[in-house]
Amino acid sequence: MMLPFPAEEKESHPFLTGVQAGLSIAIGYLPVAFTYGLLAKSSGLSLVETVGMSMIVFAGASQYIALSMIGAGTGAFEIIITAFIMNIRHLLMSASLNERMSEDAKWIKAVYGFLITDETFSVAATRTEKKLRSAFMLGLGLIAYGSWVINSGVGFLIGSGLPETVQNGMAVALYAMFIGLLVPSAKKSRKVIALAGTAAFLNSLFSLYDPLSGGWGIILSTLLSAAAIEFFMTEENVYGE
Amino acid sequence: MESSLLWMIAGMGVVTYLPRVLPLVLINADRIPPRLQRILKNVPFAILGALIFPGILHINEDSMWFGLLGACVAGAAAYLNWNIILVVLSSVAALSLCSFFMN
Repeated sequence: MMLPFPAEEKESHPFLTGVQAGLSIAIGYLPVAFTYGLLAKSSGLSLVETVGMSMIVFAGASQYIALSMIGAGTGAFEIIITAFIMNIRHLLMSASLNERMSEDAKWIKAVYGFLITDETFSVAATRTEKKLRSAFMLGLGLIAYGSWVINSGVGFLIGSGLPETVQNGMAVALYAMFIGLLVPSAKKSRKVIALAGTAAFLNSLFSLYDPLSGGWGIILSTLLSAAAIEFFMTEENVYGE
Repeated sequence: MESSLLWMIAGMGVVTYLPRVLPLVLINADRIPPRLQRILKNVPFAILGALIFPGILHINEDSMWFGLLGACVAGAAAYLNWNIILVVLSSVAALSLCSFFMN
Protein backbone atom coordinates (compact mmCIF):
# COMPACT_ATOMS: atom_id res chain seq x y z
CA MET A 1 0.00 0.00 0.00
CA MET A 2 1.23 3.49 -0.80
CA LEU A 3 1.18 5.92 2.06
CA PRO A 4 0.80 9.60 1.22
CA PHE A 5 3.59 10.43 3.68
CA PRO A 6 6.41 8.38 5.12
CA ALA A 7 5.28 7.00 8.47
CA GLU A 8 7.89 9.14 10.24
CA GLU A 9 6.16 12.38 9.36
CA LYS A 10 3.20 11.53 11.56
CA GLU A 11 5.33 11.79 14.66
CA SER A 12 6.00 15.22 16.04
CA HIS A 13 9.02 17.04 14.68
CA PRO A 14 12.27 16.01 16.37
CA PHE A 15 12.87 19.62 17.42
CA LEU A 16 9.61 19.60 19.39
CA THR A 17 10.38 16.19 20.84
CA GLY A 18 13.66 17.69 21.99
CA VAL A 19 11.96 20.71 23.56
CA GLN A 20 9.60 18.37 25.40
CA ALA A 21 12.45 16.20 26.61
CA GLY A 22 14.26 19.32 27.81
CA LEU A 23 11.41 20.64 29.96
CA SER A 24 12.63 18.80 33.03
CA ILE A 25 16.05 20.41 32.54
CA ALA A 26 14.48 23.84 32.19
CA ILE A 27 12.72 23.30 35.51
CA GLY A 28 15.84 21.93 37.14
CA TYR A 29 17.92 24.89 35.95
CA LEU A 30 15.48 27.45 37.31
CA PRO A 31 16.67 27.50 40.93
CA VAL A 32 20.32 26.98 39.99
CA ALA A 33 20.38 29.83 37.48
CA PHE A 34 18.30 32.02 39.78
CA THR A 35 20.77 31.54 42.60
CA TYR A 36 23.67 32.17 40.25
CA GLY A 37 22.10 35.51 39.24
CA LEU A 38 21.65 36.40 42.88
CA LEU A 39 25.24 35.53 43.79
CA ALA A 40 26.60 37.33 40.72
CA LYS A 41 24.89 40.51 41.85
CA SER A 42 26.31 40.23 45.34
CA SER A 43 29.75 39.53 43.81
CA GLY A 44 29.53 42.92 42.10
CA LEU A 45 28.85 41.85 38.51
CA SER A 46 26.58 43.99 36.35
CA LEU A 47 23.42 42.60 34.74
CA VAL A 48 25.16 42.44 31.35
CA GLU A 49 28.14 40.58 32.80
CA THR A 50 25.90 38.19 34.71
CA VAL A 51 23.68 37.29 31.77
CA GLY A 52 26.63 37.49 29.36
CA MET A 53 28.53 34.86 31.32
CA SER A 54 25.49 32.58 31.21
CA MET A 55 25.13 33.13 27.46
CA ILE A 56 28.80 32.61 26.62
CA VAL A 57 29.88 29.97 29.14
CA PHE A 58 26.63 28.06 29.82
CA ALA A 59 28.16 25.84 32.50
CA GLY A 60 26.68 26.05 35.97
CA ALA A 61 29.45 24.71 38.18
CA SER A 62 32.22 26.74 36.57
CA GLN A 63 30.14 29.91 36.73
CA TYR A 64 29.57 29.42 40.44
CA ILE A 65 33.25 28.77 41.00
CA ALA A 66 34.19 31.82 38.91
CA LEU A 67 32.01 33.97 41.20
CA SER A 68 33.62 32.68 44.35
CA MET A 69 37.09 33.10 42.82
CA ILE A 70 36.27 36.67 41.76
CA GLY A 71 35.11 37.25 45.31
CA ALA A 72 38.42 35.89 46.60
CA GLY A 73 40.34 38.17 44.25
CA THR A 74 41.73 35.36 42.08
CA GLY A 75 43.17 36.32 38.69
CA ALA A 76 41.37 35.73 35.41
CA PHE A 77 43.93 33.19 34.22
CA GLU A 78 43.43 30.88 37.20
CA ILE A 79 39.67 31.16 36.80
CA ILE A 80 39.90 30.18 33.14
CA ILE A 81 42.14 27.20 33.91
CA THR A 82 39.71 26.07 36.60
CA ALA A 83 36.80 26.33 34.16
CA PHE A 84 38.79 24.21 31.72
CA ILE A 85 39.45 21.50 34.31
CA MET A 86 35.82 21.53 35.40
CA ASN A 87 34.59 21.14 31.85
CA ILE A 88 37.08 18.77 30.32
CA ARG A 89 34.57 16.03 31.09
CA HIS A 90 32.54 17.38 28.18
CA LEU A 91 35.16 15.74 25.95
CA LEU A 92 33.85 12.39 27.11
CA MET A 93 30.24 13.37 26.64
CA SER A 94 30.87 14.81 23.22
CA ALA A 95 32.72 11.68 22.09
CA SER A 96 30.01 9.44 23.53
CA LEU A 97 27.22 11.49 21.96
CA ASN A 98 29.04 11.38 18.62
CA GLU A 99 28.29 7.64 18.56
CA ARG A 100 24.56 8.25 18.87
CA MET A 101 23.99 11.24 16.59
CA SER A 102 22.84 10.98 12.99
CA GLU A 103 25.45 12.19 10.54
CA ASP A 104 25.11 15.87 9.75
CA ALA A 105 27.09 18.88 8.52
CA LYS A 106 29.99 19.83 10.76
CA TRP A 107 28.68 23.33 11.40
CA ILE A 108 25.41 21.94 12.73
CA LYS A 109 27.37 19.66 15.05
CA ALA A 110 29.39 22.70 16.12
CA VAL A 111 26.14 24.48 17.01
CA TYR A 112 24.48 21.76 19.09
CA GLY A 113 27.86 20.86 20.59
CA PHE A 114 27.75 24.22 22.38
CA LEU A 115 24.59 23.04 24.11
CA ILE A 116 26.15 19.95 25.74
CA THR A 117 25.89 20.05 29.52
CA ASP A 118 25.76 17.27 32.11
CA GLU A 119 21.99 17.52 31.92
CA THR A 120 21.34 17.81 28.16
CA PHE A 121 23.85 15.03 27.57
CA SER A 122 22.21 12.76 30.15
CA VAL A 123 18.74 13.29 28.73
CA ALA A 124 19.94 12.68 25.16
CA ALA A 125 22.13 9.70 25.95
CA THR A 126 19.45 7.84 27.90
CA ARG A 127 16.92 8.08 25.04
CA THR A 128 15.95 4.71 23.65
CA GLU A 129 16.10 5.64 19.95
CA LYS A 130 19.11 4.15 18.22
CA LYS A 131 20.09 7.37 16.46
CA LEU A 132 19.34 10.91 17.56
CA ARG A 133 18.59 13.74 15.14
CA SER A 134 20.37 17.09 15.19
CA ALA A 135 17.00 18.87 15.45
CA PHE A 136 16.21 16.88 18.60
CA MET A 137 19.49 17.92 20.17
CA LEU A 138 18.86 21.56 19.21
CA GLY A 139 15.36 21.57 20.73
CA LEU A 140 16.63 19.90 23.89
CA GLY A 141 19.61 22.23 24.21
CA LEU A 142 17.81 25.45 23.40
CA ILE A 143 15.08 25.09 26.00
CA ALA A 144 17.72 24.29 28.61
CA TYR A 145 19.83 27.25 27.42
CA GLY A 146 16.82 29.59 27.45
CA SER A 147 15.97 28.63 31.00
CA TRP A 148 19.60 29.07 32.11
CA VAL A 149 20.07 32.50 30.53
CA ILE A 150 16.66 33.95 31.42
CA ASN A 151 16.66 32.72 35.00
CA SER A 152 20.19 34.07 35.53
CA GLY A 153 18.82 37.50 34.67
CA VAL A 154 15.67 37.02 36.75
CA GLY A 155 17.77 36.01 39.75
CA PHE A 156 19.91 39.12 39.33
CA LEU A 157 16.89 41.43 39.02
CA ILE A 158 14.65 40.01 41.72
CA GLY A 159 17.61 40.01 44.04
CA SER A 160 16.02 38.65 47.16
CA GLY A 161 15.97 34.92 47.54
CA LEU A 162 13.18 32.42 47.36
CA PRO A 163 11.78 31.35 50.74
CA GLU A 164 14.46 29.31 52.48
CA THR A 165 12.37 26.15 52.74
CA VAL A 166 11.79 26.14 48.97
CA GLN A 167 15.46 26.90 48.32
CA ASN A 168 16.43 23.94 50.48
CA GLY A 169 14.07 21.72 48.53
CA MET A 170 15.13 23.07 45.13
CA ALA A 171 18.75 22.14 45.76
CA VAL A 172 17.86 18.54 45.00
CA ALA A 173 16.23 19.27 41.60
CA LEU A 174 19.10 18.40 39.25
CA TYR A 175 20.10 15.34 41.26
CA ALA A 176 16.50 14.14 41.21
CA MET A 177 16.57 14.51 37.44
CA PHE A 178 19.77 12.46 37.14
CA ILE A 179 18.14 9.75 39.24
CA GLY A 180 14.99 9.93 37.14
CA LEU A 181 17.11 9.39 34.02
CA LEU A 182 19.14 6.56 35.47
CA VAL A 183 16.44 4.40 37.07
CA PRO A 184 14.46 3.40 33.94
CA SER A 185 17.66 2.16 32.25
CA ALA A 186 18.83 0.50 35.46
CA LYS A 187 15.56 -1.46 35.65
CA LYS A 188 16.29 -2.98 32.25
CA SER A 189 20.00 -3.66 32.52
CA ARG A 190 22.28 -5.01 35.25
CA LYS A 191 25.17 -3.48 33.38
CA VAL A 192 23.75 0.02 33.90
CA ILE A 193 23.55 -0.61 37.65
CA ALA A 194 27.14 -1.81 37.67
CA LEU A 195 28.33 1.19 35.63
CA ALA A 196 26.60 3.81 37.77
CA GLY A 197 27.41 2.07 41.05
CA THR A 198 31.10 1.65 40.26
CA ALA A 199 31.48 5.25 39.09
CA ALA A 200 29.58 6.56 42.14
CA PHE A 201 31.80 4.52 44.45
CA LEU A 202 35.03 5.63 42.75
CA ASN A 203 33.96 9.27 42.68
CA SER A 204 33.12 9.12 46.40
CA LEU A 205 36.62 7.78 47.05
CA PHE A 206 38.24 10.40 44.82
CA SER A 207 36.28 13.21 46.46
CA LEU A 208 38.11 12.47 49.70
CA TYR A 209 41.37 13.36 47.97
CA ASP A 210 41.38 17.07 47.32
CA PRO A 211 43.18 17.36 43.94
CA LEU A 212 40.67 14.92 42.48
CA SER A 213 37.54 16.53 43.83
CA GLY A 214 35.55 18.44 41.23
CA GLY A 215 36.36 17.98 37.55
CA TRP A 216 39.04 15.30 37.46
CA GLY A 217 37.31 12.92 39.85
CA ILE A 218 34.22 12.69 37.66
CA ILE A 219 36.31 12.07 34.54
CA LEU A 220 38.50 9.41 36.14
CA SER A 221 35.69 7.54 37.83
CA THR A 222 33.59 7.59 34.65
CA LEU A 223 36.43 6.31 32.45
CA LEU A 224 37.54 3.63 34.90
CA SER A 225 34.00 2.40 35.42
CA ALA A 226 33.09 2.44 31.70
CA ALA A 227 36.24 0.48 30.80
CA ALA A 228 36.27 -1.98 33.74
CA ILE A 229 32.60 -2.87 33.46
CA GLU A 230 33.02 -3.38 29.71
CA PHE A 231 35.81 -5.83 30.52
CA PHE A 232 33.72 -7.79 33.05
CA MET A 233 30.34 -7.59 31.35
CA THR A 234 31.20 -7.59 27.65
CA GLU A 235 28.22 -9.77 26.77
CA GLU A 236 25.58 -7.53 28.29
CA ASN A 237 24.08 -4.49 26.68
CA VAL A 238 23.33 -1.13 28.30
CA TYR A 239 20.11 -0.64 26.36
CA GLY A 240 18.38 -3.81 27.62
CA GLU A 241 18.10 -6.95 25.44
CA MET B 1 31.57 46.41 31.36
CA GLU B 2 34.91 45.99 33.05
CA SER B 3 37.28 44.81 30.34
CA SER B 4 39.29 42.29 32.39
CA LEU B 5 36.03 40.61 33.34
CA LEU B 6 35.00 40.57 29.71
CA TRP B 7 38.22 38.78 28.77
CA MET B 8 37.76 36.34 31.59
CA ILE B 9 34.25 35.48 30.40
CA ALA B 10 35.47 35.11 26.82
CA GLY B 11 38.32 32.85 27.97
CA MET B 12 35.95 30.71 30.03
CA GLY B 13 33.70 30.48 26.99
CA VAL B 14 36.53 29.20 24.79
CA VAL B 15 37.83 26.57 27.22
CA THR B 16 34.28 25.38 27.84
CA TYR B 17 33.29 25.26 24.18
CA LEU B 18 36.32 23.38 22.82
CA PRO B 19 35.86 20.14 24.82
CA ARG B 20 32.17 20.20 23.94
CA VAL B 21 32.66 20.44 20.23
CA LEU B 22 36.03 18.94 19.21
CA PRO B 23 35.09 15.25 19.52
CA LEU B 24 31.82 15.86 17.66
CA VAL B 25 33.44 17.52 14.67
CA LEU B 26 36.82 15.74 14.61
CA ILE B 27 36.00 12.10 15.34
CA ASN B 28 34.57 9.97 12.60
CA ALA B 29 32.24 7.68 14.56
CA ASP B 30 32.58 4.85 12.03
CA ARG B 31 36.35 4.67 12.38
CA ILE B 32 36.40 4.03 16.13
CA PRO B 33 37.30 0.43 17.10
CA PRO B 34 34.20 -1.49 18.30
CA ARG B 35 35.59 -2.05 21.78
CA LEU B 36 36.11 1.68 22.30
CA GLN B 37 32.64 2.33 20.86
CA ARG B 38 31.17 0.08 23.53
CA ILE B 39 33.09 1.89 26.24
CA LEU B 40 31.79 5.24 24.95
CA LYS B 41 28.25 3.84 25.06
CA ASN B 42 28.84 2.99 28.73
CA VAL B 43 29.86 6.57 29.53
CA PRO B 44 26.35 8.04 30.07
CA PHE B 45 25.44 5.57 32.80
CA ALA B 46 28.79 5.75 34.52
CA ILE B 47 28.76 9.55 34.44
CA LEU B 48 25.26 9.64 35.94
CA GLY B 49 26.53 7.62 38.88
CA ALA B 50 29.47 9.96 39.35
CA LEU B 51 27.31 13.06 39.02
CA ILE B 52 24.85 11.84 41.66
CA PHE B 53 27.35 10.57 44.24
CA PRO B 54 28.72 11.98 46.40
CA GLY B 55 27.31 15.39 45.29
CA ILE B 56 23.77 14.69 46.47
CA LEU B 57 25.02 14.14 50.03
CA HIS B 58 26.18 17.75 50.18
CA ILE B 59 23.07 19.64 49.09
CA ASN B 60 22.42 20.54 52.70
CA GLU B 61 25.26 21.76 54.87
CA ASP B 62 23.80 20.37 58.08
CA SER B 63 22.89 16.83 57.18
CA MET B 64 23.55 14.34 54.43
CA TRP B 65 20.23 12.66 55.28
CA PHE B 66 18.54 15.49 53.50
CA GLY B 67 20.09 14.50 50.19
CA LEU B 68 19.55 10.80 50.84
CA LEU B 69 15.85 11.41 51.47
CA GLY B 70 15.63 13.36 48.20
CA ALA B 71 17.38 10.50 46.41
CA CYS B 72 14.94 7.95 47.86
CA VAL B 73 11.87 9.96 46.83
CA ALA B 74 13.23 10.52 43.32
CA GLY B 75 14.30 6.88 43.05
CA ALA B 76 10.88 5.61 44.13
CA ALA B 77 9.03 7.96 41.76
CA ALA B 78 11.29 6.94 38.88
CA TYR B 79 10.90 3.26 39.74
CA LEU B 80 7.12 3.70 39.43
CA ASN B 81 7.73 5.05 35.90
CA TRP B 82 6.55 8.54 36.75
CA ASN B 83 7.28 11.22 34.20
CA ILE B 84 10.69 12.81 34.79
CA ILE B 85 9.14 16.18 35.62
CA LEU B 86 7.06 14.56 38.36
CA VAL B 87 10.17 12.80 39.63
CA VAL B 88 11.90 16.18 40.01
CA LEU B 89 8.88 17.97 41.50
CA SER B 90 8.04 15.21 44.00
CA SER B 91 11.59 15.19 45.30
CA VAL B 92 11.69 19.00 45.56
CA ALA B 93 8.28 19.03 47.30
CA ALA B 94 9.30 16.35 49.79
CA LEU B 95 12.45 18.20 50.78
CA SER B 96 10.71 21.59 50.94
CA LEU B 97 8.16 20.09 53.34
CA CYS B 98 10.88 18.38 55.32
CA SER B 99 12.82 21.63 55.60
CA PHE B 100 9.64 23.48 56.59
CA PHE B 101 8.91 21.13 59.47
CA MET B 102 12.49 21.00 60.68
CA ASN B 103 12.61 24.77 61.20
